[in-house]
Amino acid sequence: MILNPATLALQITALLVAAMGMYAGYYGIRILAKWDLGSGSEEQLELERRTYLISTIMSCILVFELMSLFLYVYTADSLHTLFTGAMCAAGTLAVNSFGYPVLILKVVNFVLAGVWLIVNLTDNRGYDYPLIRIKYELLNLVVPLLVLESCLLFAYFAGVKPDIITSCCGSLFSNESKGLSGDLAALPPVTMMALFFGSMAATLISGLRFYLKRSGGYLFSLAATATFAVSLASLISFICLYFYELPTHHCPFCLLQKEYHYIGYLLYASLFSGGVSGIGVGVLMPFRKVTSLAAIIPLLQRRLTLISLICNLLFTLITVWKMYFSALKLG
Amino acid sequence: MNRSLERHLNILDFTLSSLSRRKGKNLSLLAIYLLVVFILASLVFFVTALKREAGMILQDAPDIVVQRLVAGRQDLVPATSVAEIAAIRGVTAVRSRLWGYYYDGLIGANYTVMADDATAAVGQAVIGAGISKARNLAVGDLLPLITYQKNPLMLEIKSVLPAGADLMAADLIVIAPDDFRALFNFPVNMATDLAISVRNPKEIGTIAAKIVELFPEARPVLKSEIQRTYQSLFDWRGGMTVVILASAMLSFIIFAWDKATGLSAEERREIGILKSIGWETGDVLLLKFWEGIVISLTAFLMGVVLAYGHVFFLSAPIFAQALKGWSVIYPRFQLIPVVDALQLSVLFFLTVVPYTTATVIPCWRAATTDPDAAMRS
Repeated sequence: MILNPATLALQITALLVAAMGMYAGYYGIRILAKWDLGSGSEEQLELERRTYLISTIMSCILVFELMSLFLYVYTADSLHTLFTGAMCAAGTLAVNSFGYPVLILKVVNFVLAGVWLIVNLTDNRGYDYPLIRIKYELLNLVVPLLVLESCLLFAYFAGVKPDIITSCCGSLFSNESKGLSGDLAALPPVTMMALFFGSMAATLISGLRFYLKRSGGYLFSLAATATFAVSLASLISFICLYFYELPTHHCPFCLLQKEYHYIGYLLYASLFSGGVSGIGVGVLMPFRKVTSLAAIIPLLQRRLTLISLICNLLFTLITVWKMYFSALKLG
Repeated sequence: MNRSLERHLNILDFTLSSLSRRKGKNLSLLAIYLLVVFILASLVFFVTALKREAGMILQDAPDIVVQRLVAGRQDLVPATSVAEIAAIRGVTAVRSRLWGYYYDGLIGANYTVMADDATAAVGQAVIGAGISKARNLAVGDLLPLITYQKNPLMLEIKSVLPAGADLMAADLIVIAPDDFRALFNFPVNMATDLAISVRNPKEIGTIAAKIVELFPEARPVLKSEIQRTYQSLFDWRGGMTVVILASAMLSFIIFAWDKATGLSAEERREIGILKSIGWETGDVLLLKFWEGIVISLTAFLMGVVLAYGHVFFLSAPIFAQALKGWSVIYPRFQLIPVVDALQLSVLFFLTVVPYTTATVIPCWRAATTDPDAAMRS
């Protein structure tokens, strides 16, 4: 157990996010069960008002999730000196088996909360709450994940024990403690490069086609989702190498440090926004035919496509720029 | 794009004027918010600065300190082991150290006494600024000590260490090895511990393991272990203080909740009028959102700036006693300012996030009031 202001801040936030999520989830279930737009009953009016509360809560959760994702990595990084062999956040997160699942859940929850807000935004534009069921069914998926994330975060910090001086003699050396690697298992760079540029090109082309000709929305969304995953893998596999100028250091966290001019924040921000808006386009596709949304969804999708294209292009440009100007040359 | 920006600006404008219309209520909220941020920020700044200070001091610590344990307690190290350890490949130097504590009954303080023939000749002493002040001694004066055999040992003060070294050396006396042995009746050919330098930092672990193999009763303490222990010690102290302050934070949250829930009749009428002239629930929520941002940002920024002054200019009088530790001769030191993004985001999460969470539901309740009900009440 590590007691320090940063871990306490993370735990308090996890508690608040889980509590807010459960509160929203409870009313979500009530809305799913009792919603009847035709009725003018007091209960229906109350539920209609609750939808405002739930979307406000979800916006808060989205913001808190994104910020706590970075705080989590940053805290893990600042704690690395407490463990033998840990070089940065990668080593701290590997101290027990909960570190990485929390990180992954944080990313997943951020993406889901983002998609939820896109659906919510669309739903609010339609006069008859056309997506209300979808929205609250999605919420029922998000809430358990938020609660799970909080539980795992508590488990992670509870299980972390710093290697400090003990009163017995040299306990650190007698039992051959094995060093924690700062490197993550990485995929072969050259294959990943082909995959990265291939999927990025597919996303950009299909996105442009969808933006201009309004066809192939599913294709674009699929490509954007795949690109999101491929880009994350590529970041670990080869993109970060160009920044570190070190062919063996596959760490996705050191990019967030001052030594690399905080470039990681820009990379991750463009990657996440590109991914969320790309996925959002696909999620909205099935509802294009809904009468009250027929005029709204295409407009919104165009906007989301544009955001996704700009973000993905930015990510690619930074990558290409660094690949070209880096002192390191691969393959 | 421009229209939505204008909408936000107009609502922000309205928020500011509406906040200034209820000065008393908002100022009291702001004052308490600011106090909470100030206390937490002081704490976080202070702990981080102490950690950094400790890290900088320990930079110059020996790579490995070897102690000898007898029945689990630290004992003297025979000088013969110096040569054996020096023969281990990778060890650049082994120094046997003589040091201990001397209790001065006159002022009730403990001094750290170290032997170093390069610093002090026989009959001489170099003392820390803390001792010089406590005993009112200057260069050339005589420092009287009582040996373990109850004989007086008069040492001439050769120099006083600069106040800049206070954190390390406020209570330090450096004397010659012969004087040291006379003072403590210290056995010849023995040392307190051994300080070992290693050429390649990556080999430190292996060399420590070899030392343990050579002398099973040895206890090697690595520099990295000391650094780690200090870091977690300060972390722990900071964390404990946050836990203690949790009750204060909780009362602040309840206060904020209460302030946000208890709308005055005037506020209620204001929202009623806004809604009846066409504002939607979403607009009122946006108004409340901006209200929260204005109050949070003002309190956060002012609290952080005040805490900076408190810690780095005034040396944190509120927390110093709890976090620094204490002793009769305590070093006076000025902390080097360090503020980074991690500290600020920790503060944000400890203050703004709970505040926002506490006010979400009251704000929503205010925003969804029916205009006629609001104006009638």
